[in-house]
Amino acid sequence: MLLIECPYCGPRPELEFRYGGEAHVARAADPATVDDEHWTAFLFWRGNPKGLHFERWRHASGCGRFFNCARDTVSDVIVKTYKAGEPKPDAARLMTGTTP
Amino acid sequence: MKFSALALLKQALSGEPWPEQWRSPEPKPAYDVVIVGAGGHGLATAYYLAKEHGLHNVAVIEKGWLGGGNTGRNTTIIRSNYLWEESQKLYEHAVKLWEGLSQELNYNVMYSPRGVMMLAHTEHDIQSAKRHIHANRLGGIDNEWLTPEEAQAFCPILNISRDIRYPILGAALQRRGGTARHDAVAWGYARGASALGVDIIQNCEVKGLRRAPSGAITGVETTKGFIGAKRVGVVAAGHTSVIMQMADVQMPLESYPLQALVSEPVKPVMPCVVMSNTIHAYMSQSDKGELVIGAGTDAYTSYSQTGGLHISAHTLDAICELFPVVRRMKMLRNWGGIVDVTPDRSPIIGKTPVEGLFVNCGWGTGGFKATPGSGHVFAWTLAKGEPHPINAPFSLDRFRTGRLIDEAAAAAVAH
Ligand SMILES: Cc1cc2nc3c(=O)[nH]c(=O)nc-3n(C[C@H](O)[C@H](O)[C@H](O)COP(=O)(O)OP(=O)(O)OC[C@H]3O[C@@H](n4cnc5c(N)ncnc54)[C@H](O)[C@@H]3O)c2cc1C
Ligand SMILES: [Zn+2]
Repeated sequence: MLLIECPYCGPRPELEFRYGGEAHVARAADPATVDDEHWTAFLFWRGNPKGLHFERWRHASGCGRFFNCARDTVSDVIVKTYKAGEPKPDAARLMTGTTP
Repeated sequence: MKFSALALLKQALSGEPWPEQWRSPEPKPAYDVVIVGAGGHGLATAYYLAKEHGLHNVAVIEKGWLGGGNTGRNTTIIRSNYLWEESQKLYEHAVKLWEGLSQELNYNVMYSPRGVMMLAHTEHDIQSAKRHIHANRLGGIDNEWLTPEEAQAFCPILNISRDIRYPILGAALQRRGGTARHDAVAWGYARGASALGVDIIQNCEVKGLRRAPSGAITGVETTKGFIGAKRVGVVAAGHTSVIMQMADVQMPLESYPLQALVSEPVKPVMPCVVMSNTIHAYMSQSDKGELVIGAGTDAYTSYSQTGGLHISAHTLDAICELFPVVRRMKMLRNWGGIVDVTPDRSPIIGKTPVEGLFVNCGWGTGGFKATPGSGHVFAWTLAKGEPHPINAPFSLDRFRTGRLIDEAAAAAVAH
């Protein structure tokens, strides 16, 4: 079980959270104008990296808020959590000196 | 070497160890077809390429040992009672091949059609199970409804009392469903493919996909150097996204840890397979006597091949309620595999936007049952450059056209 740091409440056990899938997948600003390729990418293509993954979590049994998390999918080490709306952190910088 | 009663007797009397069942060659500079991943699906593909399409200049490249991925980690449930016509045809094709597989391979894969019973605990479950039963009947696939009493008659250790948290309200039974010996499936196909000239190269990781200026595939970069190939078939389960990324092909996949556990071995108590999608538990008994228990996936994507303890604990809660007789048993081993899940919970078997690059993936939590059929139609696809009618609907392109084969909505969980 993961220990996840909610940016609003602090560290809590994974059981209090819901996973929300890959983060920073933005819906088109004007959905009527985009083509099928764009919809395919938005709805279905996922990076699914073996390494650093940016993902959404919701503190469902706590403050109820969504936030983002950077986690290494090999070790499951959580490198950083940050509030929704904050920019995506630089992956290269996050990975240095964190995990073996 | 052919296995027979006489061969067994001679071997027993000779006291010699069995000879190796497949060759372990060094890679040749190039092949007609290179398969990435020596799980059951990759090995079956190679076997049928050689057996049915006359392609013998084939290699299967495996980063670890053959059958060490999900093939060797799964709970071996086999059934074909899926909702949609496309899925029924695909899984039934496999069940038909399972029926003759030990003979075909001259290797005992211990296919045991002991019946797979799927429990209903809620009104919604009943409706969904009956919908499947009717759809299966139209597709010519056996699947029948049982009352709780009939379900208990079929599996006597089932607890059908009305006062449990999720009482059993009935069950759908596919009598032709069952189990098989997972390792034997990988070994049998490896042995068969090797005898037909296929090179199985273990401890060799694919690190890159090399392409011509036209974009077409020319081979794979591996830890044993470059290996040329006219066609490459990626059959790498949880690692498919990682490999397809090497050719800049985007995939609709997410990789999750899925767990299973086995108990100490006991005398036969369980004559069939029982599954409960609603409370995330399923169980059967191996021929060694261990109870084989399948748990759920973790909530989040991961390549850690373990899975959280609370996931298996949750499953054991359900198992103890459904089968009170097992409450005091010890669990001996617990492990995870990385499963590649698609948005519609159906596999992807076919071409990719890159010329010469083919993929067979997305089997997620339930592809063992399809192993022979998947290898069979993927071999066709690789040999002809076009999908077989059975796998044509399972294209990567369906995520653009929207023609999904939505077994996810149909079953909520699928195994
Ligand atoms: C716990 C668990 C229970 C399951 N229960 C069932 C069940 O009851 N019924 C059912 O039908 N299905 C079940 N499944 C699903 C089933 O196991 C899989 O769908 C199926 O075995 C996939 O077979 P495969 O040959 O495609 O993959 P695998 O057997 O995983 O083979 C893929 C191979 O690719 C190799 N590979 C990966 N990357 C590289 C690389 N870069 N270079 C070279 N090789 C590479 C891997 O090492 C691996 O050996 C279960 C899975 C798990 C984990
Ligand atoms: Zn919170």
